[in-house]
Amino acid sequence: MTRPLRIAAATLLGLTIWQAVVILGELPRFILPGPHPVFATLWTSRALIAEHAVVTATEVLLGLGLGAGLGFASAIALAASPIARSLLRPMLVFSQAIPVFALAPILTLWLGYGLWSKVAMALLIIYFPVTSAFFDALMRTPPGWLELARVMNAAPGRLLWRLRVPAAMPGFASGLRLAAVYAPIGAIIGEWVGASQGLGYLMLLANGRAKIDLMFAALIVLAVLTLALHAAVDATCRRLWDG
Amino acid sequence: MSGPPALHLAGRATIEGRAIFGPLSLEAPAGEWTCLLGPSGVGKSTVLRLLAGLGDEVLFAGEAAAGDGAPLSGRVALMAQTDLLMPWLDVTANVTLGTRLRGRRAQRDRALEVLEVLDCVGLSSHAAKRPNALSGGQRQRVALARTLMEDRPVVLLDEPFSALDARSRALMQDLSAELLAGRTVLHVTHDTAEAARLGQHVLLMMDGGITSVTPPPGPIPRRYDAPETLDFQGRLLRMLMEPG
Repeated sequence: MTRPLRIAAATLLGLTIWQAVVILGELPRFILPGPHPVFATLWTSRALIAEHAVVTATEVLLGLGLGAGLGFASAIALAASPIARSLLRPMLVFSQAIPVFALAPILTLWLGYGLWSKVAMALLIIYFPVTSAFFDALMRTPPGWLELARVMNAAPGRLLWRLRVPAAMPGFASGLRLAAVYAPIGAIIGEWVGASQGLGYLMLLANGRAKIDLMFAALIVLAVLTLALHAAVDATCRRLWDG
Repeated sequence: MSGPPALHLAGRATIEGRAIFGPLSLEAPAGEWTCLLGPSGVGKSTVLRLLAGLGDEVLFAGEAAAGDGAPLSGRVALMAQTDLLMPWLDVTANVTLGTRLRGRRAQRDRALEVLEVLDCVGLSSHAAKRPNALSGGQRQRVALARTLMEDRPVVLLDEPFSALDARSRALMQDLSAELLAGRTVLHVTHDTAEAARLGQHVLLMMDGGITSVTPPPGPIPRRYDAPETLDFQGRLLRMLMEPG
């Protein structure tokens, strides 16, 4: 089976299971609507959903870009300087002990109900995976390469930028792949805590008004956005760093 | 710069209290090819690492130095068991790795030099390829080209041909003997055939210490099927099998 065919088959199977659960469980429409009403709502409310999807996508992309950039810079600082390592690493680990969810209300308080509190959430949720994946890779340069560089009398800065960083790019890439899946989670949590726009906000709104079809339609769009983002990041990483 | 220096190592080495080699002494004469032959685990690579200025993990009591008394750092090139090519760089960039890592500007005549060196190892047409597009033998030739580009008087070889098939290995031996002629080469190997072909001096390293074995006269590389090469190979193997 070719890849598109496999994806189509898997989608069909998923939809069939969904429909079967609705029919066999005799579930009312306000608990779990079947695929048909959800897709009908997706079509009729497409303008509304698209408007909110653009907001969420913007938050996610900004958060991903800034978080990846910050993670990249932090990992290099940590790898380059033992002082940075001894000072920052405990802080980094401690910051992970605070659930990002718990920070959402504070971020909303500080940054307001607009775009930036959600960007900050997405950034925070991906910062650690990116930093830690890239830092680990930077610290695991194959020893043979390091020894070759030493015999060649490599300058320390050059060693970092010409050898350790490029050698660690696959590690950065795996951090980015994780980030592509985590960043939307951050943005949605941000929207749940306080927002007037975005798919997370739309889902809460639809839930409150018992428009369960719309809620599921927004959820599907969110899932598709996340998958598309992951695929795009994966393809970019593959092309740049061969996996 | 004066001619290539001889290499001298004397002493004992331990790693975390475990003896790697006992008190021993070896000399690699200036401008000639010395093979250090011995079974695995006898400490051959440690000898090489000490001379290369590596081996931080080794506690070494003794002296590893150049015969002319000047420091070895900056005068040594290393060719390891694996080719150590950077997969993200093309062949040309891999060959000029040393220049890149030292941070000197790439000069125009270096570009010409790269072409010459690649031509010497027969890889002119592969200059823009990435290492993963090359065969094992070709990759090891890139590593040789990189070693040549370093243009250092001392070349340390740590079983660089051991992973190649018989034909590629023989070709690499010929090519290396030709291109590294005139430098002080210390070549660690566990292959008696290789030592018999390449060694102008052959040092047999066993648990008991180092014995120098006189190879047949004549230039290197010796023919792989010449009777005196095969005879010498047999003798080396016999000494490995029946020490004492």
